Amino acid sequence: MSLKSTQLPTPTPSGSRTLNPTSLRSRRFSLPRRPAGTVYRGREGMWSWVLHRITGVGIYFFLLVHLLDTALIRVSPEAYNAVINTYKNPIMGLGELALVAAIGFHGLNGLRIILIDFWNVGTRNHRLMFYIVIALWVVLLLGFAPRHLMHVFGGGA
Amino acid sequence: MAVTLDDPRTKNVVRRRGGRNWEKWGWIYMRVSGLVLVVLIFGHLFVNLYAGGGVSALDFAFVAGKYASPFWQVYDFLLLWLALVHGANGIRTLINDYSISPVGRGLRRLLSPHFLMKSALLGSTVVLLILGTLVIFTFDPCPATSNADLLPSFCAAVQ
Repeated sequence: MSLKSTQLPTPTPSGSRTLNPTSLRSRRFSLPRRPAGTVYRGREGMWSWVLHRITGVGIYFFLLVHLLDTALIRVSPEAYNAVINTYKNPIMGLGELALVAAIGFHGLNGLRIILIDFWNVGTRNHRLMFYIVIALWVVLLLGFAPRHLMHVFGGGA
Repeated sequence: MAVTLDDPRTKNVVRRRGGRNWEKWGWIYMRVSGLVLVVLIFGHLFVNLYAGGGVSALDFAFVAGKYASPFWQVYDFLLLWLALVHGANGIRTLINDYSISPVGRGLRRLLSPHFLMKSALLGSTVVLLILGTLVIFTFDPCPATSNADLLPSFCAAVQ
């Protein structure tokens, strides 16, 4: 984390680790191998990390607001209902869907991080686990979104 | 003054000078609390947003009905502490990653953005933990001065 990415050698694109064949053939000596796999950039590893940070920050600032509005139950029923009623509109309804989507990803990816840390083959399977996280996340939202949107837009119980 | 050199290829080991390894405990806390929070928040979202009337049914009577039971008081108390400390520790990580550590000492240090952000984070976290805990455990589901229509249905029997 402390290294600036610009100070590091250009990473070989994962998937094609071989150097340019023509330049290799003309040489009689073996090239020193680039430290492959030491640059943490791109693909599932980085993007799950980026999404984990963004969703984490979003959830945190929601949590601050959520604690303050819920604290109004200690003030009076009228105060709490007045604030909650301002949330009951389609824009906030879509915001709640985004919130659940963010929490769902952060939680499932958090389980993936725990498996990477503690499961002896977790690191080897982190890419597969990323796609399992995405699949479970889609299933979660397919279950939640229709019912929530019916609650928000009226229609259904 | 004689300078001693390490043998070539000696590993550069940074030795800690004793004391508790707080970063390690923070790391463990994020994983343990995360595991519990996945379960608690799933239940929280299910009860408040999915079951029954969902988000459209939320009002004082609904929340008061929940907090009349010690189960939901303890549940939300755990949610409050685990989630807020988990979140605050995550934000602390971001401040460490993206904000330059203070260089100077004294007032220069106290007024550096890094230190101000960490102070604000610690302050807001402590205030919200105290506020939330007080709200959960000093809450009265049937306040006497209120319009009875806004209260949970069991208040009629109590009053």
